[in-house]
Amino acid sequence: MIIAERKPIKELLEMLAGHDKVLLVGCKGCVTVCNAGGVKEVGVLASALRIARRRQGRPIEIDEMTLDRQCEPEFISWLEEPIREKGYTAIMSAACSVGPQYIAERFDKVAVMPALNTKFIGGTLEHEVWAEFCRACGNCGIHNFGGLCPITRCSKGLLHGPCAGSSGGKCEVRPEVDCIWHLIYTRMKNLGQVEKLKALKPAKDWSSYWSGGVRRVVREDLTL
Amino acid sequence: MKAGSNLERILKSGQFAITAEFVPPATGDRELIERQALYFKGHVDAANVADNMGAVVGAASCAVSKVLLDLGLEPIMSLVTRDRNRIALQSDLLGASLLGIRNVFCTTGDHQKFGDHPEALNVYDIDSVQLVNAVRGLSDSGKLLGGAGCDKVGSFFVGAAADPFGEPADLMILCLGQKVRAGADFIQSQPVFDLEKFGHWVRLAREEGLIEKCSILATVMPLRSAREARAIHEERRGVEVSRDVMTRLEGVLEPEQAQEGLKICAEQMQALKEMKGVQGIHIMSAGREEVIPELIKKSGLETARAKG
Repeated sequence: MIIAERKPIKELLEMLAGHDKVLLVGCKGCVTVCNAGGVKEVGVLASALRIARRRQGRPIEIDEMTLDRQCEPEFISWLEEPIREKGYTAIMSAACSVGPQYIAERFDKVAVMPALNTKFIGGTLEHEVWAEFCRACGNCGIHNFGGLCPITRCSKGLLHGPCAGSSGGKCEVRPEVDCIWHLIYTRMKNLGQVEKLKALKPAKDWSSYWSGGVRRVVREDLTL
Repeated sequence: MKAGSNLERILKSGQFAITAEFVPPATGDRELIERQALYFKGHVDAANVADNMGAVVGAASCAVSKVLLDLGLEPIMSLVTRDRNRIALQSDLLGASLLGIRNVFCTTGDHQKFGDHPEALNVYDIDSVQLVNAVRGLSDSGKLLGGAGCDKVGSFFVGAAADPFGEPADLMILCLGQKVRAGADFIQSQPVFDLEKFGHWVRLAREEGLIEKCSILATVMPLRSAREARAIHEERRGVEVSRDVMTRLEGVLEPEQAQEGLKICAEQMQALKEMKGVQGIHIMSAGREEVIPELIKKSGLETARAKG
């Protein structure tokens, strides 16, 4: 899933300067699972912002609404009526950055701002800890590395083993992170596939990544 | 002889080579580079011109290599894959060929987190093994990675790095094998303080049949003080200062530790010279190039050919 994290209140207050009537929109997708932008977090954030603005001597009116998913235009339509009726000057989106962009493209009279920082594609490691697992290079080859991704999980994206910064099975760039090459090697050994690692890998074709321009997936078999 | 460099001639004829790290400062002053070169010229067989070492900005390795060539000091142009993609790296290689640079050294480069621009975006389009392969393609068949051919590209003598101290040892040998298979002619190791452990790695490399295919240069690093030794040991991953070295440095008073460090280093150089499978020494002086001549003199490894 997409992992996101709420921006600091101070930054959000700076974004909201000059706005007195705002709609804070959450999302029930990934950001609910990673406790960043679900119904509960939207409620907590709205209260925090109201209190802070009252203290600043310029109270703000914040309505709350959480959509099933902000990455789906159909759900964005649910905002049409409140935006038309309530006269908000700004919409603050607590979704991954797809949400605020959809809202910005749909409503040309209101300011749109992100409440979250979209961090990465990842998973849960333990309660309240998430880690990155995929860089979305667009051409998955993890089967060559025992099912683990060196493109994402090596700080240098190395395809031919660890650098000298790997020590005690940890990465020098972020010592709390495992050196993925350590894990890949252990796993390949267990699978009896170390020989496979000896092969030279050609320079990766990054055209399926963002390097190939803004990406799009078209499924002709699904078109109506 | 393929590339026709001095380093290639020495290593291929089975002689013992001495190289040293030349770290270009962040300068546009040619005189500064020329003064720094005095510590190398006539003392070493070739100088590795670092490519923004430690992710700290310095003058371009390609340009500094040319300055050294003009001075009659043979450069080994370093290229790291951290800052440039395959287009820029191959362009630099063609530029190097035009300038008469014959040795190149390929590494991935230290992560920018440790440098003077930690907020920079990195590249890592290709890794060091793939860069070695790219140099080989250009050098041996005049071919770019994209498939197009190039006219009159000079041949290169290609180097790469290896870590004899990483764990597990099997994986370190596997990594070395990949570099050799990609076409590395010579290897410069991570700094050696533990000769026994290094010797074990060389033995494993020999058993894998890798020593016949490339020349191994052991890197040494003269230590200035016990404090520096501890800091390097603790902070620089991939470098382990052995207990013996630490004890000897701690055994003398602080003002004498720099001399003791040089002495230890010179002794290590002598021992490494005798080690089977080791074909040269690479000196990494960590910003103290002025000690290079004295260190080589102390080690007794002065090379007559370099002086000529």
